[in-house]
Amino acid sequence: MIINHPILGPRDAAEFTYLGDASLLNRPDWQAKDAAEQFYEYLYLRDNVAGVHRELWYHEQGDRSWLLVTRNTLTHEISKVELASDVARAGGNSK
Amino acid sequence: MHSLIATTALGGSEAQVDTIAGLTITECPDWAIASVAARHNCEKPLAAAFKKAMGFGLPKPMQSTGKGDITAFWTGPDQYFIEAPIADNELLADTLATALKQTASITDQTGGWVRFDVAGSGCSNVFERLCILDTRTMDDGAVSRTSLEHSGCFILCRKSDHFSVYGPRSTAGSIHHALVTAAKSALG
Amino acid sequence: MTQPNRLQGGLIDHSKSLNFTFDGKSYQGCAGDTLASALLANDVRLMGRSFKYHRPRGPLTAGSEEPNAIVELRTGPRLEPNTRATTAELFDGLVAKSQNRWPSLQFDAMAINDRFSNFLTAGFYYKTFMWPAAFWEKVYEPIIRKAAGLGSLSMQDDPDAYDKGFLHCDLLVIGAGPAGLAAALTAGRAGANVILADEDYTIGGRLNSETFTLDDAPAADWIATTLAELNSLSNVRVMPRTTVIGAFDHGIYGAVERVSDHLATPAPDKPRQIMWRIYTKRSILCAGAIERPIAFENNDRPGIMLAGAIRSYANRWAATPAQNIAIFTNNDDGHHTASDLLAKGVNVSAIIDTRADAPNSSEVEVLAGAQVTDTLGRLGVKQLTVQLADGSKRHVQCEALGVSGGWNPNVHISSHQRGRPEWRADIAAFVPDKNGPPGLSSAGAASGIFSTAGALESGAKSAVAALKDLGINAKVAKLPRAEDAPVNLQPFWHVKSGKGRAWLDQQNDVTVKDVKLAHQENFRSVEHLKRYTTLGMATDQGKTSNMGGLAIMAELAGKSIPEVGTTIFRPPYTPVSMGALGGRAVGKHFHPTRETPSHNWAVEQGAIFVEVGNWLRAQWYPQKGETHWRQSVDREVIATRKSVGICDVTTLGKIDVQGTDAATFLNKIYCNGFAKLAVGKTRYGLMLREDGIVMDDGTAARLAEDNFVVTTTTANAVGVYRHMEFCRQCLWPDLDVQLISTTEAWAQYAVAGPNARKLLQKIVDPEFDITNEGFPFMGCGNITICGGLPARLFRISFSGELAFEIAVPTRYGDALMRKLMDAGKEFDATPYGTEALGVMRIEKGHATGNELNGTTTALNLGMGRMISKKKDSIGSLLSERAGLNEDDALMQVGLRPVDPSEPVVAGSHLIAKTGPVNAKTDQGYITSAAYSPILETSIGLGYLKDGGNRKGEIIRAVNPLQNQEVLLEVVSMHFFDPEGERLRA
Repeated sequence: MIINHPILGPRDAAEFTYLGDASLLNRPDWQAKDAAEQFYEYLYLRDNVAGVHRELWYHEQGDRSWLLVTRNTLTHEISKVELASDVARAGGNSK
Repeated sequence: MHSLIATTALGGSEAQVDTIAGLTITECPDWAIASVAARHNCEKPLAAAFKKAMGFGLPKPMQSTGKGDITAFWTGPDQYFIEAPIADNELLADTLATALKQTASITDQTGGWVRFDVAGSGCSNVFERLCILDTRTMDDGAVSRTSLEHSGCFILCRKSDHFSVYGPRSTAGSIHHALVTAAKSALG
Repeated sequence: MTQPNRLQGGLIDHSKSLNFTFDGKSYQGCAGDTLASALLANDVRLMGRSFKYHRPRGPLTAGSEEPNAIVELRTGPRLEPNTRATTAELFDGLVAKSQNRWPSLQFDAMAINDRFSNFLTAGFYYKTFMWPAAFWEKVYEPIIRKAAGLGSLSMQDDPDAYDKGFLHCDLLVIGAGPAGLAAALTAGRAGANVILADEDYTIGGRLNSETFTLDDAPAADWIATTLAELNSLSNVRVMPRTTVIGAFDHGIYGAVERVSDHLATPAPDKPRQIMWRIYTKRSILCAGAIERPIAFENNDRPGIMLAGAIRSYANRWAATPAQNIAIFTNNDDGHHTASDLLAKGVNVSAIIDTRADAPNSSEVEVLAGAQVTDTLGRLGVKQLTVQLADGSKRHVQCEALGVSGGWNPNVHISSHQRGRPEWRADIAAFVPDKNGPPGLSSAGAASGIFSTAGALESGAKSAVAALKDLGINAKVAKLPRAEDAPVNLQPFWHVKSGKGRAWLDQQNDVTVKDVKLAHQENFRSVEHLKRYTTLGMATDQGKTSNMGGLAIMAELAGKSIPEVGTTIFRPPYTPVSMGALGGRAVGKHFHPTRETPSHNWAVEQGAIFVEVGNWLRAQWYPQKGETHWRQSVDREVIATRKSVGICDVTTLGKIDVQGTDAATFLNKIYCNGFAKLAVGKTRYGLMLREDGIVMDDGTAARLAEDNFVVTTTTANAVGVYRHMEFCRQCLWPDLDVQLISTTEAWAQYAVAGPNARKLLQKIVDPEFDITNEGFPFMGCGNITICGGLPARLFRISFSGELAFEIAVPTRYGDALMRKLMDAGKEFDATPYGTEALGVMRIEKGHATGNELNGTTTALNLGMGRMISKKKDSIGSLLSERAGLNEDDALMQVGLRPVDPSEPVVAGSHLIAKTGPVNAKTDQGYITSAAYSPILETSIGLGYLKDGGNRKGEIIRAVNPLQNQEVLLEVVSMHFFDPEGERLRA
């Protein structure tokens, strides 16, 4: 599989390690009232999509960036690749 | 002056040189490396401080820049390696820390890497047996980290017939073996 | 001496004679022969015995789709089973042996199976060998297993090397026949980067087997000129002997190049084969077409071959399987073989054409509307029984029969990504799926365009279209004039009369009867048909049999062929050797080896090494006279605790954490507090996973306000770094913190024991105070040694002794080890390895990976109170889950045997002193164990339910697999110096 790294261009997936669902970016607030429930969902509940999936890849053998890849699990077509830090910031992750 | 003697990554008293057909593979122990990573929101001040201190600008992604014997190459977003001859630059990391002040985090990486220069005819014929990079299309100064026979290495194109391979120092033996074996296989 | 069935001409070199043996008998062939063509030229048609029934078989084809002529090539360590004689290039001294027969090809005792064919039909394992049930495991299965399989292994190491490789191009052309050559020429001239790959050793594809002219000259002329031009272009790479084995995602193709298969041995330093990954923007499948047979009773005799193959042998290899040949066909192409044979002086006894309106011939008798219903000749066909149009029977003599049922476009590569080929009724064949691998188009016979003119034109046009997508303007290359015959075919899949067996898949011995049986037993999906009968599951992937099978299935089911469909196609297109898949990662080079800075010095000492991941670490340093490892390890422990020991700890991960938010960052990734750690101090850090399970532990040393060095265990260095980058880039991207690994950059040694300080004071420069007051326990700092060499000192202790870890830039690591040993002579300084390190940490109750096993929490480790509730950190919240905090939760304890002569066995489970031993009574398990030479008893660490409240209790350690039970006392895990006095000296 080829992942089109936003900075480096197309690279073989063999240079990367896969983490999982992009929802891992949305780490709950530890002080929320239902924090325990939120953390449980954050860690364990997943939609097992047959179709477009947003997922996290780490360019371990390259520039060590984390990337958010939008990939169709049926056709393997990758339609979008973004720096995970950009998506994280846009989603409100900060300090 | 301290009393300890440095050894090469391959453990010899002299740097290792191999010649295969028209190609030489040379161990290059005499280079200091420092890592420079921009601190948060300090990309611009870092670039300015670096240019002022070193006399040349930091490189763009997958590129290297340099002046004289000193080269800077891109390793990641706002992250660089600076390469300088070790003779005058044993304390490269300290010198850079002073010059760049608080715009960047700096570490001494000299001990972490072994450098092999691959030069002569057939460089790309050798690299195509070892790693995914399309070295035939790399411009002078282009650099990328990739997996070279299962070791994470930087491949820096100095010229189309001269490449430097930086790999983890502990793996020097395996990297050397991979380079020499691929050269013997692909050339001659 | 010429071979009896050798013809004139062809592409072989009649002047270059090659010697070879087959089943011990010597023969001669010519340069350019395959093993099969050379054998046929020598009048050898019997080349194998079939898989299940051991029926005598000869080659069916002249290519890589061959099901029958499967032989063992070479001898000794290069012995290679299951190679196809039809593609094996002949070389001088080639040795080949037939397979799957005993004692000989001519007389095979296993042919007795053929008599029991009624009991060995599809699914026979589940039908015939069901009773008595116990017999399956003890009797039937071993017998079947012994009789099964094809070929044998040498059981010796492969002496050859295999390379991997990576190629990049704009256009990959798969197949170098007329379509492929036209495509490559067009694209090459336009300046695109082109790779042209062909599995054959002679470029030209089907043109090599035909007598067609191109621009009124032999096809070989045009091939030669085209090849010369392609080879002259620096942007074109022609790769013969290279099979493209699969189409993978995103334009990645696998290809195996057979560099040395055609040589007796590879040249020195050269590989046997190369496995290439080709990264291409566009590709064109020009893989031609594969002929299909017609099924009829006893259609598998040696000498019964595909008509196009007989034509190939005659035209390309100047060999004929017999001097008297008949043809059985449903299309005009069968007649073509007849005329080519006649032109070579071979007699054609008849053309049996199923079509009532078959064309006549002036040279050969044509039996129109006729079918072959049976054959005679067990070791080689002798006679056919033919049913004529009027229903009468006739015998036809022949020693070979060319069968032509039409041609199947070779759609494999285009179907590798779950592609479903499209049925074209006009040519009665499947063509590539329009929605195949993105970027792949097809041309020539592979796309259903069978004429030479058509192939040339479609190849060139496909190249233009593919390059247009890439913004490259190409012009169709000027193409030679060539034949443009139409397809004239009437589908005919099998002869329906006859009670005997008609063969479909000859490699797996699957017959028309088996297909009928599968249908009868209600296997209706084509995928079920395949698995139940094993049709198409052999090494040839059913290339000459799938079509027939599904056509018959369609008939039985009353469906159309496209409704039945095809089974899924999967890579590799042809079998790939394990050597090619392994590449250079063999033996010592299976993975890169990481050597510590003291490695060479340790080798000089005769150290015994252990693999820790990719690292080699000294395990112990045997001295003269020591014959057992315990002697060395016990000595190293005693010596270290008595005076001073030195251990290379470079391998533990070191991560540099810098930035104004460095402390904040560490505070979030460790469960215990780091925000207030003073500069010059080190602290133990416990890192949890988000689910509350312990991930790793280590130390963080604060060298400056904004600079920490974090250590990890050796095994988790890579994983922890990855995790930290995830936290930094994804969870808290606005923290000012930068990370980089410095594991490799610093050589680090533990110097431990009562004399550790005294030893170090001999090398640390005098301006640095490392007394207990000047450098207390858990201190850290930058220093210089040996007259000014920058170094780092950490006062941390894994052994529990007064200890320091000293780090220098790696290139001085070797010198420092020697310096420490030299300066340590007066203290009898002892190098110690990972075993002694392990004994000492167990004596102190320190956890390592054994205890941090991916299921344990801080609470289990006795560190529950380390988790700060005052801040957010990874894992702290979920560590509070009820299930992880039950009253009888596992707690880490120390264990020692009641009888000191007994061992503590790691892995044993802990059970009450008396009572049953089962999962319900299980109370925990032992994680680490060692013999303590200090305490003179075995000791261990383990997890015990409610262990904190059970000190003094006697329990059992059970190892049921080896019937072992040992009585242990539950004690404090801090066996040695529990108050830590030695640490703080």
